Amino acid sequence: MYDVYKIRQDFPILSIPVNGKPNTFLDSAASAQKPAQVIEKMRRMYLEEYANVHRGSYYLSEQITVAYEEARSQIHEFLNTKSDKEVVFVRNATEGINLVAASWGRKFLQAGDEVLISQAEHHANLVPWQALRDEKGINLKIFKVSDRGEYLEEEFLNLLSEKTKLVAVTGMSNVLGTVFPIKRMAEQAHKVGALVLVDACQYTVHQKVDVQDLDCDFLVFSGHKTYGPSGIGVLYGKYNILDSMPPYQYGGDMVDTVSYEKTTFNEPPFRFEAGTPAIMQAIGLGEAAKYMMSLGMEDIFKHEQELTTYTTNALNEIKGLKIIGQAKDKGGVFSFNVEGMHPQDLAFILDKEGVAVRTGHHCAQPIVNRMGYESLARASLGLYSTKEDIDTLVAAIRKAQKFF
Amino acid sequence: MDIQELIDNFEFLDTWEEKYSYIIELGSHLEPLDEEYRTEEWKVRGCQSQVWLEPKLENGKLLFKGDSDAFIVKGLIAIVLMIYSNKSAQEIKEIEVEEIFAKLGLQEHLSPSRRNGLFSMVEKIKHYADTLA
Repeated sequence: MYDVYKIRQDFPILSIPVNGKPNTFLDSAASAQKPAQVIEKMRRMYLEEYANVHRGSYYLSEQITVAYEEARSQIHEFLNTKSDKEVVFVRNATEGINLVAASWGRKFLQAGDEVLISQAEHHANLVPWQALRDEKGINLKIFKVSDRGEYLEEEFLNLLSEKTKLVAVTGMSNVLGTVFPIKRMAEQAHKVGALVLVDACQYTVHQKVDVQDLDCDFLVFSGHKTYGPSGIGVLYGKYNILDSMPPYQYGGDMVDTVSYEKTTFNEPPFRFEAGTPAIMQAIGLGEAAKYMMSLGMEDIFKHEQELTTYTTNALNEIKGLKIIGQAKDKGGVFSFNVEGMHPQDLAFILDKEGVAVRTGHHCAQPIVNRMGYESLARASLGLYSTKEDIDTLVAAIRKAQKFF
Repeated sequence: MDIQELIDNFEFLDTWEEKYSYIIELGSHLEPLDEEYRTEEWKVRGCQSQVWLEPKLENGKLLFKGDSDAFIVKGLIAIVLMIYSNKSAQEIKEIEVEEIFAKLGLQEHLSPSRRNGLFSMVEKIKHYADTLA
């Protein structure tokens, strides 16, 4: 039984008032709150077991190396990768995508090759490919979504061809909430010989993601959106592909043998983790994944789906409010516009009522413009969100409407 | 109205609701921007809403007009212009804007992290005072 009120006790911040009002935190899609389990684990490791990893053969270094590699195992379990070696720790999803573009992209892509992305990508899954296009002369193709923000298979298939070398697509849009049918898209992409990279920043937060079932070649996500710390993220890659890729950065820990003349490089994932990594953040992320798995990914998904339906109905009751992104298959992300009200004005008033929403272009300016707006307000759900949060949001929006 | 009158008026406003209503009211009386300034060139960057600032130098004084597509921001711009417009560069440099906003209980709106454009607008006004005058 998923008891959200009991789960909320793991998140002390949620019971601390904001502007004298109960904390109604509806910006988890930007960054999620952290459970005490994650914070405690990091605190204890810092206080009692800290040293550098993969270094000296002394007690503390061994302890911390075990904990760091255990975190990798937890991510291996979280994503169901074939092995730990397919889990590369990076700074965040943005770095993961940049790593693939710089390492795999520079080595394997040539002028005329195509990278195919959707209209709904976050800047992090658009700009690195634009940069690679300008550097290498590849073509960047962008398939359309519908006016309701739905995935359109015919648009995808129209642009998918033998020239496509990589399909880089979000698992779930951070603006529209649309969930893309990754497994089916991967199957279609593989038929033409393209690889598939999934931006799973929102995707891994809300449902079980099984990379073997999806059969994607790369997948990235950020720790801080997945109830873990900031400064850490994950790049998953199929081992044989990772092994074919040159290093992204050079330095300590990623090398095998070094002389003044020549250096040979370590195997994946270490080849891609140059320098001292974000040790404690990785351990915190491992703990966050463990926390989510202990709640049950299925149960988290069910809770959020129920709440998504509840939120959709509640927002639709508000006169003049339009939800942007109405795909049937969508997660708990609600971008919306209220007639006669600028999102920024709305957010100021919601803030006074203790309600946190994001406003602006959500680092996905092209899709916000494509849907016909300069700026949108966005409320997003986490595993700790409740119907009461939504009721407070709705009451606050109605209150804001009275000002204008 | 000068800024001291505004501070006095604010003292009668007990709740944030009254304050925001008053700020929106201030915005609605803002002198309109000349149309030729409603362009990318005159936009203040780093705002979640669109904000424009039009500077003019007349008889050694800097005159400003401003606008925004968000109503509360527009009202806040009215306050900023009340503080800065029709002053000499030297006078502008001496103004302690944070202090005035604190007296109004609006200090959070001047924070650079707020990204509502006010911080950038004040920076820009100071820049004009340094370069134009």
